[in-house]
Amino acid sequence: MPQLQRFALPDVGEGLTEADIVTWRVAVGDTVAVNDVIVEIETAKSLVELPCPWDGVVRELLVAEGQTVDVGTPILVVETEDAPGAAGGDAGAGAAGASGGTSDGASDGEQETSGGVLVGYGTAHAPTARRPRRHEGAGSAASPASGAAASVAAPRPAPVTARPAVPVAAAQAPAPAAPAAPPPAAPPAPAAPAPSAGFASAGHGPSALVSTPTSSGLHVLAKPPVRKLAKDLGIDLETVTPSGPGGIVTRDDVISRARQGEARTLATYPGDDSPWLADGVVSADGRQTRVPVKSVRRRTAEAMVASAFTAPHVTVFHTADVTHTMKLVARLREDREFADVRVTPLLIAAKALILAIRRHPEISASWDEERQEIVYKHYINLGIAAATPRGLVVPNVKNAHAITLRELADALAVLTRTAREGRTQPGEMSDGTVTITNVGVFGIDTGTPILNPGESAILAFGAITQQPWVHHGKVKPRWVTQLALSFDHRLVDGELGARVLSDVARVLEDPSRGLVWG
Amino acid sequence: METDVEQVDASTVDPVPPADTTPFGTSATPSGTTPAAADATSTPADQSDTAVPWPDPCEVAGTIRFVAPEGSRVPEAMLAVVDPAVRAEADRLTGEDLRAMYRDMVLVREFDREATSLQRQGELGLWPECRGQEAAQIGSGSALRPRDHVFPSYREHGVAHVRGVDLRELLPIFRGIAQGGWDPVAHGFHLYTLVIGSHTLHATGYAMGIQRDGDVGTGDPERDRAVVAYFGDGATAQGDVNEAFVFASTVSAPVVFFCQNNQWAISAPTTVQTTVPLVDRGAGFGIRAFRVDGNDVVAVRAVTEVALEHARSGAGPVLVEAVTYRMGAHTTSDDPTRYRERAEEEAWRRRDPIDRLRTLLLAEGLATQEFLDGVDGEARELAAAVRTYCRALTKPPATVMFDHAYAAAHPLVAEERAWYEEYAASFDGPVASSSPSAH
Repeated sequence: MPQLQRFALPDVGEGLTEADIVTWRVAVGDTVAVNDVIVEIETAKSLVELPCPWDGVVRELLVAEGQTVDVGTPILVVETEDAPGAAGGDAGAGAAGASGGTSDGASDGEQETSGGVLVGYGTAHAPTARRPRRHEGAGSAASPASGAAASVAAPRPAPVTARPAVPVAAAQAPAPAAPAAPPPAAPPAPAAPAPSAGFASAGHGPSALVSTPTSSGLHVLAKPPVRKLAKDLGIDLETVTPSGPGGIVTRDDVISRARQGEARTLATYPGDDSPWLADGVVSADGRQTRVPVKSVRRRTAEAMVASAFTAPHVTVFHTADVTHTMKLVARLREDREFADVRVTPLLIAAKALILAIRRHPEISASWDEERQEIVYKHYINLGIAAATPRGLVVPNVKNAHAITLRELADALAVLTRTAREGRTQPGEMSDGTVTITNVGVFGIDTGTPILNPGESAILAFGAITQQPWVHHGKVKPRWVTQLALSFDHRLVDGELGARVLSDVARVLEDPSRGLVWG
Repeated sequence: METDVEQVDASTVDPVPPADTTPFGTSATPSGTTPAAADATSTPADQSDTAVPWPDPCEVAGTIRFVAPEGSRVPEAMLAVVDPAVRAEADRLTGEDLRAMYRDMVLVREFDREATSLQRQGELGLWPECRGQEAAQIGSGSALRPRDHVFPSYREHGVAHVRGVDLRELLPIFRGIAQGGWDPVAHGFHLYTLVIGSHTLHATGYAMGIQRDGDVGTGDPERDRAVVAYFGDGATAQGDVNEAFVFASTVSAPVVFFCQNNQWAISAPTTVQTTVPLVDRGAGFGIRAFRVDGNDVVAVRAVTEVALEHARSGAGPVLVEAVTYRMGAHTTSDDPTRYRERAEEEAWRRRDPIDRLRTLLLAEGLATQEFLDGVDGEARELAAAVRTYCRALTKPPATVMFDHAYAAAHPLVAEERAWYEEYAASFDGPVASSSPSAH
């Protein structure tokens, strides 16, 4: 008999409590094998790929990309064949659910000793695992939770079944006087977060879309037309947060759940004459949508705010005739040594910036506010701002001052490819010393870039266009671009910034200058 | 146009040369010409590849190597400086020996991979990977005799395997449900030590006990014994390790200090931990020392045979620096991409110990493809068994902590046990999970 297995988010570090879901590597319906990578998560420590524990078919992704989930939260449902011995501890959960009427306490205890998935020691679960002590419970019945606790201490008046507000318990053990007398604490996962708040919070946060461990939709309360709607829309009722009285899933609940799961599409609302972005949760009046802030977006926001409001930015501009650079790029593209790598004006600009910094090493520095010191970096880790599907990332080429032009071209190619695939590792973004933002690829003349935190300069490389230009006393069509350099005025004065930008421009105007300075 | 003559400042022209990152300077004889270097003769641009900042530290003079990274035997002429005893041991290795070591290395790597996956699936709390260090561990471990005793740190899964420990028994401690997991006496393989370097003192003390038993230097191979302490490059900076060196040297204890220099002490590279090759430290303590290519299983085996025989004969301790590479993370809690570069990992991937031995076996006709496939099949079966075993592991009652407090029954422990049992029973039911949705 096939079984549904739930994969709970493990603690992949020591004592981590949560992680961001970065990328799902599987989709519903995919066949997976043991140790296939199913998802990439990002913790406070690292990006980690999680392997699948089972052979089977993916039935459900319980959390969306970008969501932050607590360790222990089920994130994936896999349907497995019932292979004795191979399924491991979680099979116990499925079996217990299937047999329905068995004592919850028995299955609870069984899981405890049958190797259920460890979900992160040192997390919030551990302290709450204790049952209240007998001789303490009787007196203190302050909150609803401790009220339940107190009644536990009494000689078993079956307190759980006395709480009709818990739909799961009611459905699973309809006879209040079950002879097995289940140990009353911890009913198995209220399907609704609503009434028994004390128990719900003992598990994990309300953020979880799904909090029931059962493997069929039987315990979810919903009217038949709503069930039909959910089925038609392909929505698992278990994943719907109910808002109706008594934890009933309403029609609106199903529809809003369906919208949450929608991919990024363009939609037109009544009264609009052009389509708008429609991912996320649509507001009641249909005029707004809300999406959770994903990890990269959040980090970008934090970094930009920190930079903009700590470093006083100054930006200087320079318009340069880069016709010779364009000729060099064309020649290098023909060059055998650059045969298998893409040569772009950005490569020459990067080299020009490196040469300029070598001539003015004081700009390769950062401000240490805490110690009131200026830190001079005797190396150049050249960052490239890259727009990726996950958002803006700024990986850097390590020791860019110590490599050849060919190696720089290779490094830029690897770096942009890795970024585009969304696989940039934290180490590749750390310890940058200077950044180039290539706004020109979007056709933009120039901008006033914001510094990458910890760096003291950033170069915006504008679009290269043919323009009328005075060349040897005559107006000629020339390749022209605008360069902008923002710098941190705490440690870089206008003169230094101007000299650096001027040197970058001089190399781009006449790349042979690189021979002199290189 | 450029009329203004730029002041060309010669002193600023040359950046720090990348060659500076070569550990200990001398890049003597490129015995193992890497594929990249072999191609490098054609164009000037490629010449920079020979100066990649990831030189092979095994090309420092004095490092013993019999099989080059690409899997060919090091030419006879270059072995002239190698200790004749070591050469004799290397020559003695048969195809059978090499196949056995190959099999062990593959099995251990697969086991290690599976354990890492199990950690990522929430089945283990932590796992220290040994990937990349298989030759250092299998080569040295297979030189041991049954009566020798090993004091491992926590990454010696390969040594455990050749000492007959069922690899599955390594898992409970990393699942957090056991203090140990195997019988150290039965296997001559001590429990893992998680404190860095402290066990080198234990090993030295154990070796001094062997001296007092008179099991050293009798010339009887059935009687003479030695101890091996495994530790890493980072541990050499610990006081305990240096004290152990002093003790062992001054009393001529029969102990082999086997240092797997895997280049990284968590995030600190060897180059910031020492200014001389670690092997040179031996001379200061009066300890005979070898530096060996830790990814060459032939060399590791031969050197360890000689080192153990030296110790068993009563001639005193030996330090072996096996130069290898931790291809994985320090543990599953660590993210090496934050402190080292892909290019370095790639450079070491080309020095992989298993690939090297496989190439040698095939080139010398010592193994058939059928044999290799068979080993791979065995490895897959092992991985499946490990997975099943790990998932079925159960948490023992907390009272086991009283079982091994003393070797024999003890009244105070019995009393404390009784108190604890009563205390635990004052809670309702077993201490079960209250996170209902976790299962």
